[in-house]
Amino acid sequence: MNMMNFPAFTMPENSDALPISERCDSNLARVLAAGEFAVTGELGPPKGHDPEEVRSKARLLLDCVDAANVTDNQAAVVRMSSIAAGQLMMDEGVEPIIQMTCRDRNRLAMQADLLGAYALGLRNLLCLSGDHQSCGNHPGAKNVHDIDSMQFLRMMKEMRDESRFQCGEEIPGGGPRFLIGGAANPFADPAEWRPYRLAKKAIAGADFVQTQLVYDMDRFREYMKRAVDMGVAEQLKIIAGVGPLKSAGMARVMRDRIPGMSVPDAIIDRMTAAVAGIDTENKPERSAAWRAEGIKICIEQVQEIREIEGVAGVHIMGIEWEEAVRPIADAAGLLPRPVIEA
Amino acid sequence: MIVAEQKPLNEIKSMLKGYNKVLAVGCGTCVAVCFAGGKQEVGLLSASLRMSTDLDGEAVNVDEAIVQRQCEKEYNAPLEAELEQYDAILSLGCGVGVQSLAQQFPGKRILPALNTKFMGYPAEHGVWEDRCQGCGNCVLHLTGGVCPVSRCPKSLFNGPCGGSQDGICEVNQEAECAWHVICENQLKLGLFDEMMEVQPAKDWSSARDGGHRRIVREDVRIPDEEKA
Repeated sequence: MNMMNFPAFTMPENSDALPISERCDSNLARVLAAGEFAVTGELGPPKGHDPEEVRSKARLLLDCVDAANVTDNQAAVVRMSSIAAGQLMMDEGVEPIIQMTCRDRNRLAMQADLLGAYALGLRNLLCLSGDHQSCGNHPGAKNVHDIDSMQFLRMMKEMRDESRFQCGEEIPGGGPRFLIGGAANPFADPAEWRPYRLAKKAIAGADFVQTQLVYDMDRFREYMKRAVDMGVAEQLKIIAGVGPLKSAGMARVMRDRIPGMSVPDAIIDRMTAAVAGIDTENKPERSAAWRAEGIKICIEQVQEIREIEGVAGVHIMGIEWEEAVRPIADAAGLLPRPVIEA
Repeated sequence: MIVAEQKPLNEIKSMLKGYNKVLAVGCGTCVAVCFAGGKQEVGLLSASLRMSTDLDGEAVNVDEAIVQRQCEKEYNAPLEAELEQYDAILSLGCGVGVQSLAQQFPGKRILPALNTKFMGYPAEHGVWEDRCQGCGNCVLHLTGGVCPVSRCPKSLFNGPCGGSQDGICEVNQEAECAWHVICENQLKLGLFDEMMEVQPAKDWSSARDGGHRRIVREDVRIPDEEKA
């Protein structure tokens, strides 16, 4: 793989930008504006219409995160709408971050649904391109991609800060004042491009980003150093993604099969060693040992990440394992969560 | 050029069910160059159909013809005299060719033998790649001569997504990440600054989204009174 030589880049000044807490009145915005180390979680809506499935997952996250993502047909598999699930979650007292992809909606549907989401009281938004439909359960679907994630961020910024629809028309009564987020992958290729893409997201309109799962701490430190040197971290709240591993096999799949993921061998060795001496037939005990080690590694990672300059918080992804978030946040010294009055 | 590939034989056979005599018509332009619908392919397909339908006990009589450019009516005109004897025409033209025959010979059943895929580039002998979707609003000057509309599965305009690894696209392990190549090209051209500009939402009205497209060039149009 040839290394690419990118020219030097410094973020343009953005001195007239409003402070984050004035851009949006969400809890997450207040926590980030106060300079507190933020904690976000994630809730995957069910592949059905049972509201209790959302409520019970939300209760697992209550009071241990500042806000939690609600995924939008994640991995291109049809699930309950992120906006509807977000409302159910909010009713349980957990602040949602609505995820929306460019895959399933054109600019008309995006703006319409987000006006509706704002009317319901949803305040945080994560703007994504979306996994390709070929990896999901409707591979024959037509994808939309009317706009890309960068253009989505710009559209939301213009709706909020200029009260204009994407077409330029004025929004009667003003635009929705979302806290605008994006995704960032420090580990995808071209590796040299990644800090630049982060800067571009800030320029496009992101207030915060959440990163891909961080297991490779050395590469993440290097990425964050570039982000700080470019002046990006001053203008953009960077929340590092972490997640507890459930088994050594899961770690290997992430390392070998998922494009844009980096899992160092040392992590795999630790997960493998966690079940040493346990009979391979004793599945419950192996699983418990793996999960305990996964949580332990995750806690250590959160503590390491807290020390990295420019990181504004952690995004703890307990994928179909929401129970893990509370013990991780607790052991990492992140509880109780701060309460900041509006 | 327009790149097409032949439909599976069984699909073509199922279209021919109930017909006794069929004319297979190839095209000597794009689909001949990509070995899908030229003279040789018409011969091979016709022979396969004859043998296969005969073995099935439902023999279809398939005759062969080739026109130089099936998308232009002047080239198709000589076919007209023979058409009465055929129940249907099996076109080995691209989608434009099939529709030209259908428009020119109304009342005659026209069947497509090919799937038209894209406007493509022969990457090597026997390999063709999508290069253009005819969006009607070219951005190649901004993207290092690489089209993100046709070559990125998400048609991204602002750089590679998080699934690019080792220069390969996450959607297709056989395909280059178009944005990886765009990054390399823009750097070589000293045009990296352009990559940091947020490209605005594309106006898709010049593409299919804007309605059926038609180009009218008055300067080359033939006045009604001069038309034959």
